[in-house]
Amino acid sequence: MTQLGYIIAGWVSTFGVLGAYAVLLINRGKAVSREVAEDRRRWMTTDMPEAAGAKGK
Amino acid sequence: MSSVHEEAPVGTGSTFSRRLGLLVAVGLVAVFVLGIFLTEPDQRINPDTGEIIGQFDAVRLLYVHVPTILMAYLAFIVTAVGSFMYLRKKSMAWDILAYSAAEVGVVFTFLGLLTGSIWGRPIWNTWWQWGDVRIMTTLVMFLMYIGYLALRSVEAADPGIQARRAAIVGLIGVLNIPIVNRSVEWWPNRTIHQRSTFLEDKFDGLTFFTLMLALLVFAGLFSWLMMHRFRLGWLQHQRDTEGLDVAISARRAEAEGQFATVAVDGSVVDGSES
Amino acid sequence: MREALLIAGKDLRVEARSRIVLNQVAPFAVLVLVLFGFAFDASVETDALVRFTPGLFWVTVLFVALLTLQRSVAVELGDSAMSGLRLSGVSGVRIFAGKALAVIVQLLALEVLLVAGVVVFYGSRVSDILLLVLTCLLAAVGIGTAGSLYGVLAVGLGVRETLLPILLLPVLAPVLIGATKAFDDALGVAVVNGWAWLSLLAAFAVAYVVAGALSYGLVLEDM
Repeated sequence: MTQLGYIIAGWVSTFGVLGAYAVLLINRGKAVSREVAEDRRRWMTTDMPEAAGAKGK
Repeated sequence: MSSVHEEAPVGTGSTFSRRLGLLVAVGLVAVFVLGIFLTEPDQRINPDTGEIIGQFDAVRLLYVHVPTILMAYLAFIVTAVGSFMYLRKKSMAWDILAYSAAEVGVVFTFLGLLTGSIWGRPIWNTWWQWGDVRIMTTLVMFLMYIGYLALRSVEAADPGIQARRAAIVGLIGVLNIPIVNRSVEWWPNRTIHQRSTFLEDKFDGLTFFTLMLALLVFAGLFSWLMMHRFRLGWLQHQRDTEGLDVAISARRAEAEGQFATVAVDGSVVDGSES
Repeated sequence: MREALLIAGKDLRVEARSRIVLNQVAPFAVLVLVLFGFAFDASVETDALVRFTPGLFWVTVLFVALLTLQRSVAVELGDSAMSGLRLSGVSGVRIFAGKALAVIVQLLALEVLLVAGVVVFYGSRVSDILLLVLTCLLAAVGIGTAGSLYGVLAVGLGVRETLLPILLLPVLAPVLIGATKAFDDALGVAVVNGWAWLSLLAAFAVAYVVAGALSYGLVLEDM
């Protein structure tokens, strides 16, 4: 295949970077969710906190 | 305050995200097989000289370059929309959306510029070209993403204030894109990007199909990444405000008449039940 | 309008007293020109310097503008002067106008100095003085307004010195492009229609006057 080097460089970097980022995200997600109390662990609660960190209730 | 909690689901995955992830993975394999092995290289015969011209196999970079660039632009729009909505509704969810899109977007923009450069080298014989409208606009967008993320990552006492500033930056950044676009267009025309091949209908069937499939798959990948990044941001927000909420509850408990006892050695013992 | 002029006047008076722009920023501007002169080895290639003067000029202006903007922001940081400004009841738009105006005036002065600098050091000849003046004016307005807005956005976070450039410079790219082209014409360096590029600078200035007027107040509320 002609210009094989460029093709490999382009595809490997794309899949590689995106794959690495995906792995990074998942690991960060697990690490942070362990630091959060169980009842707050799902991503959207019914009462959404307002800005400046104050909780709705 | 980094206590470890168990039992509740760990991480940012969900049934839907796992299914989507699987679909995307399968799709990526399909795009890979199609793009590398099954599609034809770009070869044409010059009618005047009879020699074979074209991009040959380098055209296969089309299937990674175009989707990543389009997702980069999409992410930018999401950041702008999230910024705008945050300024209107003041709800942290919009801010987290904007921030997530910026982070995912900077990854795609970087890849878009990188694959563009790699593709440009064999075709245009240069790694870079000043004066090309699309390259310049994308470059400025990339730099603005970096600025936005730099602003966002500074430790701020009040997340609400930081979010508001980031939102203003995210929104005003939109202003800059048409201005840069226009200014580069007026430069002595050194645009090397070919005019949109879609309009000139030069694609053969399988190439077109593979490109469309790649767009779809990358859109799925973008969504998957956004979901995880948003959830991560949300969890971080929960973690960071947890301390604040505990303090608020403690303060309320005091106010409601539960007195603290002072021990003999002067230390304060909280008399409330916990 | 009066209040804006009052605020601009205050900033300029602070500068007149402290003379930081005069004693530090202006010499820095000339120094950058000199450094470019060294770097381009103009003894051998006099043409290179002349050919690139517009670009070098405007890059220097951008560096100098960063310093001027840092000063504009720093003036309010002592003694919580920014809160005082906000509580004074003057609207965000007027504060923005005043601060930006002061920066614009200082930038214009620095641009005049730099024009003298390139005439002396780079042998530039001004072939279209009106174009030159208008370019300097419009560019100063664009840089001053965009810069004041981003300056106040980066303030109070403790890292403004390093944050402002990375936020502001990509945004100012069109000013650099347009002003350089206009100067190519005004200094007779290249065959180009500088007046067309003026319209780009004007569009930029208008865009950021509006953006600043709308958002400055929002940012101030949080301070």
